[in-house]
Amino acid sequence: MTDQIPAEYALVLAAILFALGLAGVLVRRNILFILISLEIMLNAAGLALIAAGARWGEPDGQIMFLLVLATAGAEVSVGLALVLQLYKQFRTLDIDAASRMKG
Amino acid sequence: MVTLFFIAAAVAIIATFMVITHLEAVHALLHLVVSLLAVALIFYLLGAPFIAALEVIIYAGAIMVLFVFVVMVLNLGPLTREQETRWLRPGMWVAPAILSGVLALELVYVLLGGQKPLSVSSGVDVKEVSHSLFGPYLIAVEVASILLMAGLVGAYHIGRGWKGKAR
Repeated sequence: MTDQIPAEYALVLAAILFALGLAGVLVRRNILFILISLEIMLNAAGLALIAAGARWGEPDGQIMFLLVLATAGAEVSVGLALVLQLYKQFRTLDIDAASRMKG
Repeated sequence: MVTLFFIAAAVAIIATFMVITHLEAVHALLHLVVSLLAVALIFYLLGAPFIAALEVIIYAGAIMVLFVFVVMVLNLGPLTREQETRWLRPGMWVAPAILSGVLALELVYVLLGGQKPLSVSSGVDVKEVSHSLFGPYLIAVEVASILLMAGLVGAYHIGRGWKGKAR
């Protein structure tokens, strides 16, 4: 019970979670699921930061995670406002409906 | 402790896989909350209990509430009640309940195991984090607050009048 978790395991878990989030972004065409997958990827990056901080015993990893948290909050608020606007314009959540970029 | 880490990691991976494969957004969000709780337990095991608490409060709390709110807003209309009945049918609770039950068992085991808190034995103290946060990283904190302000103003500007009014 006294042994510490090797940092490699946590980094591998972060890589797996990041790959799952990336697959979600690439595969799903619903913009809500794309935002959710972005959250998964941000969270996996935060897990890598925490693992690195715990490995070296430095507080910088946790501080970087706090900044990632603030970034995720801002990104989600703007992204969900964009979802509402997309639904207003196109009456759908399909991201391909807005691929023309002409407003 | 490595065993606990492996169990929590398995829960996180399974829940995340469920998230990206589910078709309905509410079910995916339910699994995403379980995944975030598993990651929070991993943070605790890695010796960062403060970050684990923040993960539960902000990610699994605030951000997920935002998502659920938008999902509910997008489904206005007379079909809402029937739709919610379909969303919340009893079978949907089984898989997230099992996964979070595993997490709860792990948490009880860790808390009742008679161990010292992990931040004391290993890992980084909260005091050290906050000294560093408001010392050398003070500019970063200010920039993060400006970013949140910009997010607030941007979300208000983009999201206003979405209900089909002339604009």
